[in-house]
Amino acid sequence: MDRFVWTSGLLEINETLVIQQRGVRVYDGEEKIKFDAGTLLLSTHRLIWRDQKNHECCMAIPLSQIVFIEEQAAGIGKSAKIVVHLHPAPSNKEPGPFQSSKNSYIKLSFKEHGQIEFYRRLSEEMTQRRWENMPVSQSLQTSKGPQPGRVRAVGIVGIERKLEEKRKETDKNISEAFEDLSKLMIKAKEMVELSKSIANKIKEKQGDITEDETIRFKSYLLSMGIANPVTRETYGSGTQYHMQLAKQLAGILQAPLEERGGIMSLTEVYCLVNRARGMEVKMELLSPDLVHACKMLEELKLPRRLSVFDSGVMIIELQYHKEEEMLASVLEMILEKGSLTSEEFAKLVGMSVLLAKEGVLLAEKMGHLCRDDSVEGLRFYPNLFMTQS
Amino acid sequence: MAMSFEWPWQYRFPPFFTLQPNVDTRQKQLAAWCSLVLSFCRLHKQSSMTVMEAQESPLFNNVKLQRKLPVESIQVVLEELRKKGNLEWLDKSKSSFLIMWRRPEEWGKLIYQWVSRSGQNNSVFTLYELTSGEDTEDEEGSRFVGVS
Repeated sequence: MDRFVWTSGLLEINETLVIQQRGVRVYDGEEKIKFDAGTLLLSTHRLIWRDQKNHECCMAIPLSQIVFIEEQAAGIGKSAKIVVHLHPAPSNKEPGPFQSSKNSYIKLSFKEHGQIEFYRRLSEEMTQRRWENMPVSQSLQTSKGPQPGRVRAVGIVGIERKLEEKRKETDKNISEAFEDLSKLMIKAKEMVELSKSIANKIKEKQGDITEDETIRFKSYLLSMGIANPVTRETYGSGTQYHMQLAKQLAGILQAPLEERGGIMSLTEVYCLVNRARGMEVKMELLSPDLVHACKMLEELKLPRRLSVFDSGVMIIELQYHKEEEMLASVLEMILEKGSLTSEEFAKLVGMSVLLAKEGVLLAEKMGHLCRDDSVEGLRFYPNLFMTQS
Repeated sequence: MAMSFEWPWQYRFPPFFTLQPNVDTRQKQLAAWCSLVLSFCRLHKQSSMTVMEAQESPLFNNVKLQRKLPVESIQVVLEELRKKGNLEWLDKSKSSFLIMWRRPEEWGKLIYQWVSRSGQNNSVFTLYELTSGEDTEDEEGSRFVGVS
């Protein structure tokens, strides 16, 4: 446990997030320690653990410190674990949670599952060793192997070293194979940079692009990639991130919401936003983030609102699109047509069927409608039982 | 003397044949069903019925509208009537029932009123006389005619 280093949790330039998992507990060797509930993040350079309750408590181990990893299957009452065997801490290591430890391995317990995928990704990173190709600030660089002049030891250390050398060899072969792919990734990055700069130019109205083209280009950008994606990297984790995300969401969702009659389910929002943000940051918009950001929408006085129906379905609605308006719309349509199924209503209003159904059921609950359930289908009528004698 | 039966507006309203989930709406619906059953049975002088008959009877089965009240919902209506005192089950398996479009207490009251008015208190009076006697020819008394 003395290999961990305190960190802010912010990723460095050239460091990318690979996978993260909530509900992870850290063991010092076999011993339970106070770090019992956190989010484990794997980046190209480090393994980061952040306390779920106190986001300030965040520590990391460079991947280069890892000798090898093992899986430990789940048992009765025990979660699946990954055992991480580590090199001894370097002498110039930055301060961390433990000054010294008798163990040279730690265990990561996945109380909320996710161990299999995490292990796979971690193994991949260990094989690819991307941190060697993309150096970051000095503090992260630690001993990759035996220091020159060190006595060739036998025993565990010797085994560890041998394994590492083997891994290096394998890695070299694989990275040669992946060379093309990384070149592609570089190009993709360039494309994103390019679109960013064009978008900025548009913002400042520099260059000779006409008003019309500006608008068109903006809409392309929106459906393809946003100019300034809000990422964890720029804003770190926590509420700041969610606030910014919420602002960005409000922007993205304006047009689609209007198209869909002022209301969208949360899954629709998630898909739309991820598409818009592009592959570069796709990994980052996980559903808890989205929900948090949406919860903040109303607080930030953005004209959007997150509502939950009885069935648990969550939607984003334009703030002025209150329940009364939905109900009014339902009643208006039904009075016009005499009776409606939820599918017919959805079509008339331009809403998704799922949401139309919710609206209709709500109207029934409030006593405005009654139902006719027959082989012909489920149809709704004005509630004449109440309005007529 | 059978009047032509006039169906209430609900009978032509499709939702009438679906048991409503909204509690307030259901209350109104059941009340309408109860009064329909009673007036139907009264007109057709039907005092008992089986559940099977009920299902196919035009009472619960509006052929023109292509709607029928499902048997579970019929049971709910019958239970309402029983609670109000207008229905009695004739067997344990609840397959046939007695319909009393006037509850026994109501009959008692009416009979008493009629008897007092015609000055026949304190004399013994058979049911036969009551239901078919000449004295019962007036408007009020005719209510008793044909009652089983």
